[in-house]
Amino acid sequence: MQVPSHVEYERATSVEHALSLLSRPETRVLAGGHSLIPMMKLRLAQPEVLVDINGLAELAFIALDGDRLRIGALARHADLLSSSVAGQCFPIFHDAERVVADPIVRLWGTIGGSLCQADPSEDLSAAFAAVRATAVIRGKDGERTVPVRDFHLGPYETVIGSGELLAEIRVPVRPGTGSAYEKVARRVGDWSVAAAGAVLCLSGDPARPVIESAGIGLTAVGAEHFVAAEAEDFLRGRAADEDSFAAAGAIAAGHCHPSADQRGPEDFKRHLVGELTTRALRRAAARASSEGNR
Amino acid sequence: MTIRVAVTVNGTEYARDVEPRLLLIHFIRDELGLTGSHWGCDTSNCGSCVVWLDAKPVKSCTLLAAMADGRTLRTVEGLEQDGRLDPVQQGFIECHGLQCGFCTPGMMMTARWLLDHHPDPDEAQIREAISGQICRCTGYENIVRSIRWAAEHPRENR
Repeated sequence: MQVPSHVEYERATSVEHALSLLSRPETRVLAGGHSLIPMMKLRLAQPEVLVDINGLAELAFIALDGDRLRIGALARHADLLSSSVAGQCFPIFHDAERVVADPIVRLWGTIGGSLCQADPSEDLSAAFAAVRATAVIRGKDGERTVPVRDFHLGPYETVIGSGELLAEIRVPVRPGTGSAYEKVARRVGDWSVAAAGAVLCLSGDPARPVIESAGIGLTAVGAEHFVAAEAEDFLRGRAADEDSFAAAGAIAAGHCHPSADQRGPEDFKRHLVGELTTRALRRAAARASSEGNR
Repeated sequence: MTIRVAVTVNGTEYARDVEPRLLLIHFIRDELGLTGSHWGCDTSNCGSCVVWLDAKPVKSCTLLAAMADGRTLRTVEGLEQDGRLDPVQQGFIECHGLQCGFCTPGMMMTARWLLDHHPDPDEAQIREAISGQICRCTGYENIVRSIRWAAEHPRENR
């Protein structure tokens, strides 16, 4: 029987209330709890106080606001998956959400919780890194923003400090952009063996488009900040074609740092990174082109 | 230290003083005596503990009872209404949707939710809906048939 150890429970009634509660030491935010509670059962996490933020409706939103998509930290996975505006702007989010856990877990687990959990195998970190999202963090002294690419300090570690709360994720929306996420898991609903997310902004002659900018996120393969930076640099200014995508995949495979584990040996994971990066770029380009033709 | 947890389960109000660390599944089974919901893997993998929290299915082994305070729960005991089985329950009878029955309460709560939102699901939608739940007896075939049976036999004036 797995039971968390003794803990105090507080229910936040507003963001300000949550922030005041979070200023106590050994306090953790309780959102969906689908990562935190299992870790508490295993004594991998032993907070003294839980601050339940599930009542903070002001953090549960997904909205297009000018040229940015805003996603509240308390939006559930199922909300992102069913959001047509999110899917239109960034199909990568729907691709990724379809393979996060299972439909029941997705109803309760939160977007902000996934990012803050900072699990190296978690899918949304790479997706948000690929699209160069920004995390909005609230503290008692106000609000600060951190690029998602600087948000994770390492496994299970983020820049969120004591007394702070992830409030929102903002994603810049640019025309001519396409995105996709490709994952290999051992079975439906499992963590990634490896996965790649790609976003491409194309310009020029629609028959021979050129890559204006590229974002590539990698999951579960030890990529620094969940990003394939060398492959992104390689793609900028090149033709959006099969040769470029295959070369970028090879670069991403060469620069990541997968570990051999029960999900597979290192060379297999590198192979997956190469292939999945290429596939994600191919689909992202097709989606960017179809958007441009609309 | 204990806290007061007040919930409405299947239309009945309950309140108990419990430890904040108490999991929702144990609250339902041990504090309220509603043992229809099953306690299975303890890791949110198997889905035998699925209940509805504010009209959405959740894995109750991975929530604290405290999180349900002030909210509404529906468990497998709440499927039958006015002495009549829910079509999902009848479907599991008609199509032999269970053998040992351990996963059945969770399967049926998810099935009811699916049918409330997609009254005419195809096989792929049914399999997707129950993909977070494990059955070790049926190979899922009869569960899928049971849910289809329920879709084809909706209760009138539900």
